[in-house]
Formats: sequence, C-alpha cells, structure tokens
Amino acid sequence: MDKSPFDIAGVDIAWCPGCGNFGLRNTVLKAFAALKLDPTQLVMVSGIGQAAKSPQYYDVSYFNGLHGRALTHATGIKAANPGLTVVVQSGDGDLFGEGGNHFIHAIRRNPDLTVIAHDNMVYGLTKGQAAPTSQRGMKTNVQVFGVAAEPLNPVALAIAMGATFVAQSVVGETALTQQLIEEAIGHPGFALVNVFQSCPSFNKINNHKWFKENTARLGPDYDPSDRNAAFAKASEREPWPLGLLYRELGKPTFEGQLAAYAGDSTPLYRRRRTPEQLATLIAGFR
Amino acid sequence: MAQANDFVILLAGEAGQGIQSIESVLLRALKRCAYHVFATSEVMSRVRGGTNSTTLRLGSHRVRALPHQVDLFVAFSAEAVRRYTPRCTAETLLVGDPAVVSGAGAAAPFAALATEAGDKRAASMVAAGVIMGLLGQPLSALIPVVEAHFSAKGEALIATNVAAATAGHRHGQALAKDTARPFALPPATDLSQEILINGSQAIALGALAGDCDAIFSYPMSPGTGVLSALAHFSTQTDLVVEQVEDEIAAINMALGANYAGARAMVTTSGGGFALMTEGISLAGISETPVVVHVAQRPGPGTGLPTRTAQEDLNLVRYAGHGLFARAIFAPATLEEAFALTHQAFNLADALQIPVFILSDQYLVDTTYNVPPLSSEGLANDRHLVAAEPDYQRYQLTPSGLSPRSVPGFGPGRVCVDSDEHDERGRITEDLDGISLQMKDKRFRKFALVQEAALPPIWHGPADAELLLVAWGSTGPAIEEALARLASPKVAHLHFPQVWPIHASAGALLRRAGRRVAVENSQEATFADWLRLETGVSFAPPILKYNGLAFSIEELVSRIEEAL
Repeated sequence: MDKSPFDIAGVDIAWCPGCGNFGLRNTVLKAFAALKLDPTQLVMVSGIGQAAKSPQYYDVSYFNGLHGRALTHATGIKAANPGLTVVVQSGDGDLFGEGGNHFIHAIRRNPDLTVIAHDNMVYGLTKGQAAPTSQRGMKTNVQVFGVAAEPLNPVALAIAMGATFVAQSVVGETALTQQLIEEAIGHPGFALVNVFQSCPSFNKINNHKWFKENTARLGPDYDPSDRNAAFAKASEREPWPLGLLYRELGKPTFEGQLAAYAGDSTPLYRRRRTPEQLATLIAGFR
Repeated sequence: MAQANDFVILLAGEAGQGIQSIESVLLRALKRCAYHVFATSEVMSRVRGGTNSTTLRLGSHRVRALPHQVDLFVAFSAEAVRRYTPRCTAETLLVGDPAVVSGAGAAAPFAALATEAGDKRAASMVAAGVIMGLLGQPLSALIPVVEAHFSAKGEALIATNVAAATAGHRHGQALAKDTARPFALPPATDLSQEILINGSQAIALGALAGDCDAIFSYPMSPGTGVLSALAHFSTQTDLVVEQVEDEIAAINMALGANYAGARAMVTTSGGGFALMTEGISLAGISETPVVVHVAQRPGPGTGLPTRTAQEDLNLVRYAGHGLFARAIFAPATLEEAFALTHQAFNLADALQIPVFILSDQYLVDTTYNVPPLSSEGLANDRHLVAAEPDYQRYQLTPSGLSPRSVPGFGPGRVCVDSDEHDERGRITEDLDGISLQMKDKRFRKFALVQEAALPPIWHGPADAELLLVAWGSTGPAIEEALARLASPKVAHLHFPQVWPIHASAGALLRRAGRRVAVENSQEATFADWLRLETGVSFAPPILKYNGLAFSIEELVSRIEEAL
C-alpha cells in the first residue's frame, strides 16, 4: 500500500501489541486516501479510551475531548461549520456507556457525522472491566460473578432511534470495513459503523477466532432499505451480522435544518453582525 | 393611595390568572404615558394555582429597585390578599373581584365585566383597564398595547380583550372618583425612544452585541429566559439555537462549536451548571473560549426553583478540576448585563478562557425601561489566525497565549486535546518537559485575566465611614436605599467583576473605617474572598436568604442599624 496522505510519522502509539486498533487505523487511513478527502476540511473527534486516542495517530485536525462527549463535540463542530467532514472514532465504553444519552440524541438530531465505533466488548484503558457491549457471564476484576446485564446492541439501538446509515463489521474484514467507512462518510446524515475487534490484553473470550466463528456477512439478497427487517437482522446474534444493515436517504440533517444556513453555508466564524442589525433588534423593544 | 415620586402596584393571584399579561400590557401602556416603569415577579414553581405576584412600580424619575410598600393592591384570590397584606399600609387601596375583597377594599367585577365583553378569560384585561382608569390614564394608551399583546390570537380575541379593557377602564375611572387620594404622579418627559427589557433580554442582547452566534442549553429556571430570548432573535439574525439533552451536552457542544470558531454560549442555573463542570475544565486545558451564563436560585439540590439567591460564587469560581484561569462578571443593572455579556465574548476569545455571567432570578425576571443600548466602544475580535502548514495550537509563548486557529482556516491542522499535550496538541507524559511547560503556559494566563479585571465602582461620599460592599443584582436597591438615607456617612462599592478581583479593591475598601457586605445569601461569601485577597476585615454582614430579593425599605432599616 502507498503511504496514506493522512499517515503521520514520529508518534508514539500507546496500544498493546496485537490490538485490533492497529488494523482499524490502517483501514481508516486507506478509506480517507481512497475518498481523497481534503485534509484541511476534515476533523476527527473522540472521547477518552484506547480507541479514542486514534485521531492523535493521523495527520488530521482533531478534537480529543472528554469521556463520553465525542458526539456532542462533533455536533457542535457541524453546527459551527457544516462544510467540515467530521468523523468520530471512539470506543464502546465512550460512545455507548458514558455517552449513551448523547448517542440516542445525536441520532435524533441526525448531524452529518460518521461514527466509527471500536466494539471489543471490554474496557481497555481502565484495564479489563465490563463494557456496555460485554456479553453476559464474562468475568472481570469488577464483575467477579460474571456480567449480569444484557449487552447493549449498538446497531439495533441505532436503527430503533432512526439512524439513517447503520453498518457492522469486524476489523479483520479489512475490505468490507473500508468499504463501509467510505460509504458512511459519503452518507448525508448520522452514519454508524460498529466495528468488532479483539482485545488481546483484556478480553480472553471474544478474541479474533471467536469473532471469525460468530459473525456472518449479510447475503447478496439482503435489502438494507427495509427498516423493520433491518431491526430484526441487527438484533440477531450467534452469528452477529456484518455489512450494511440499514440505509435511508432523504432525511434532513441537523445542520441542514438550522435557519442560520438557509441559503448561506458560510461558517459562523466568518460572519459578523453589523451595528445596524443590532440597533434594529434593540429598537424592537421600544 | 400614597405617593411621592413613585407609585407601587402589586398584582397577585394564582398561576394561570393572567398576571404576567397584565404586567406586560401595563408596563407598555404606562411607558407610553411617559412614566418610568419597573416590574419584577415572584412566582411559585407550578403552572396553575398557588400564589404569584408582580410588583409594578412607576415613577417620575428612573425606578429600578424593588419596593416593599404597596400603594395599589390588585388581588385575584383570597389567598393572595392574605399572603400580601403585610406589604399594605392604611393608605393602600385594595381592589379585586367582590368575592375576593369581600368588603375590605374596592370591588371591581373583573369576571363579570369579562363575561359581558364576551369571554371570562379576558378578566386580566379588565383588570388592566381598571388600573389605567384608576390612575387617570387615557384608554388610548392601553388599546394599542392590548391589540399588540393579542395580535397572534386572531381578530375575535383581540376585539374581546379590547372590549374588556374598555369596560375595565370605565369602571376604574368611576372608582377613582371615590378614592380619598387620587393618583397624582407627574409623568416624566417623552420616553418613546427608551426600550423596555428584562434581565434575560439584556443578557441575550449583550450576547448578540458580542457576535454570539450559537447557544446550546437545557431549560432550567431561571436560566431559560436567555435561551428563549435568543431563540426569539434567531428568526431575525444568524444564530444557531439548540435545546440539548442535558447540561453536559450543552457545554460540550458549545466547546465543539467554539473549537470550530463559533461564539457559542450556554445558559443554566446552579444545578445544571454543576453538571457542566467537567466541560469547564475541558475549556481550561483545551484553551477553548466559552461564555457561560449562570442565573442563581436557592439550593442545595432542587432548592427553590423559581426564587432568587446569590449562593453560587464558590461553585462558579471553583467549578472544574485542575487549575486554569477564568473571569466572572456579576451585573447589577440591565445596562451592565448587556455590556458585560458583550465584553465576556471578547475576553473569552482574547484570553482563550471560560468567562461567566453570574446573574440571579431577580435580575433576569426584572423589567424596566432603559435608554437604547449601544455596542459602540467595544469592537468584536475573535483573535483568530490562519493555520499555516507548521501550525501548532499550543505554541509556547512568553504571554501564555498561543495564536488560535480553527479547522478549515488555512492549510495547517488544529489539534486540541483534553489530555496534557505538547505544542502540536498531542498527548504527552513528559512530566518535567513539555507537560510542565504547558502547565506554566496556562498559569501565565492568570496574570492576563488579572490585568483585564474590571475595577469596583464607588458610589456616594468619598469620605464615608461605612462602606456597603456588594456585587450583582443588589446594586440598584442599595443605591436607592442610600438615596433615601441621604447620609454623608455611608457609601457603596459595587463589583461588576467578582473574579479575579481588581487590584484597586484593597485601597478602596480601606478608605472607609468599616465595611459591611450586602449579599442575598446565608453567608457573605464575597466578603470572605475580599478578606482573603486584600486582608481587610468586615463588620457583620447584611444578608437575606429566604429566596426573595432585598427591598429598598428593608435595606434602609438594616443600613440604619449598621450605622
């Protein structure tokens, strides 16, 4: 592979050897290069966690914010400058645990964002506790009797909330993952790509082999435009489905509905309110 | 009905009885009659029932503080009569429906006249008419205001309410003939060029003057007024207004927008602000400017949701883990609320810090006329540079300020991190190298915020022996109490900025032999800050913490005690 223009040299990557994050990083670099994204108009956003360090390892502008808040930061960025391509890359704990409420409401708003979720069904940075996506029964240093709660299903939740692009892949399926990320970035609206990956340090159950044996690609006759069928498919497990589960076109975006951009796409930082406009508003209170 | 230079009307009844509508039309109608007007409301946290009141004051001169004693009490429920009788004197005229006043005052059949006019819900406009008639003011000043108030409700409803106001006015004129001391307050000169706004609107207009272009907030009394005022303006000027899922989202969305170059603000109250504190800390380390309006109400917890307090100084000063610079403004008047909010946006961008507007329920819910506000004298500057290819967001500089760019502005990358970072914005754990240098760089901004601090303002005799020390919304009531006392022994020092404290504070505080803090709180927190910063001592403070603002009369007597 040619070096991606978004690759960066001289950064000290903090991930464990064998981490699925490396594979996903390579795939994201390829997708950005294949789409020929304008690096001056691309912003990546993340929260906190091992996956959330990803933006630091590309040559991009980024906002590496607070744990759980990536989607709020990203929505604010789109509100201020809809012309930017905004890609959120963060982990299952950040997006679905700490940030679960924002996940629900970001989908309702439908900003034109791409969300690449690292789903390794465990917490890495805090060293091995359960994630919202951990399967029942998994024992950890905190869930010593095994995980008791039902795992959160990101793709089923996204479809239920009305997300307009919902896909799932596994990091080892590099071609599929790259294709889904490219389509997600091209999709106008909130696009989720949930990417399964192994965590060799902390998840001894859902390893590379397990994902290979417990996932299955959608068949060629699968119709991603039928929402009810997509929800049923997204809810399946053993095997977990891989591919584009649901796509809906034509839903208005968050920023597309903001009055400030009706007929004028100028980012907010380039606008000025004139003293005359202010005087008119003030005179309205006479 | 007693009167000297002002006249005080109390409107009280249940939530849902239209008291706010009466307040709104009377303020406008009486301003048209060239009276200076003031109104403030105190309401229960409920949508129907209970007892709410509005104190409406008119004057021949500017009126901007809350009076206790009432000249005309218009009651809409028997409970209101009971609750507010302590504010009445022998000269107070009580007016209400016959069933409400039951012989104790002047009967005005609001409900019956409204029904005659076509709709019993028009009783509030009957009351507005009665009051205008009682005060001898022309119906012609009221009708256009009533028409405007109901303009969105259709011709039939406008006609009904005009008929109701007309019938009320006739009844009020008749009542005026029977009153022992008819209303005789001389009007001021023409006030048609003045504007009539409340504290929320003053802050919202100040934000627009400061080129605010986005607000992200979750509704919470009493902070909501700024959100709804800006939502109203968004139909007339470019402004992104988003009601978000919680206060955590509000501050973090604002920070995302400001990273991309917007001038976004948030508005909330203490409980909601508590949820924002991690975001405030993110503003600190990421050096992302943001303006935060906190309208105080009594806590802890849910406290008294619709009441007023000055309890959150420590919350706002210390919100957010770690050490970083911030500024806190505390307006006393509507003009100051406008000017300080305008200034907040420029200070936030100039120093890349969070800047707070600390108001309270009393300030945001108080309305009076002011001369047209002007933004002249303070130009807006976002302090942005284009990102060149080698741009580093956190470049080390002697001042501590790194030139700020935003993504999309120039060929370079703009990398912002909540982790400790190097000059490029990348994570570092180089503890004795760049990590320390970044901490020192941010620390240098404390000196910049200190240099930019606004000085306290001295009102009254320079050689006063007693100095009243106050901040925020208590200012006008203190001013008016001092005007009534007319004592050469007492002065007032108002702090429009409570943090950092201006360097002149120590010398000003020492000018007087004794200092007394006036705070709408259970303890004199600001006096504690001043003591720590300047070493000056304070006499026992004048405090109030029942959820209501200080009235002029109560300040007069408590200042007399302190003298």
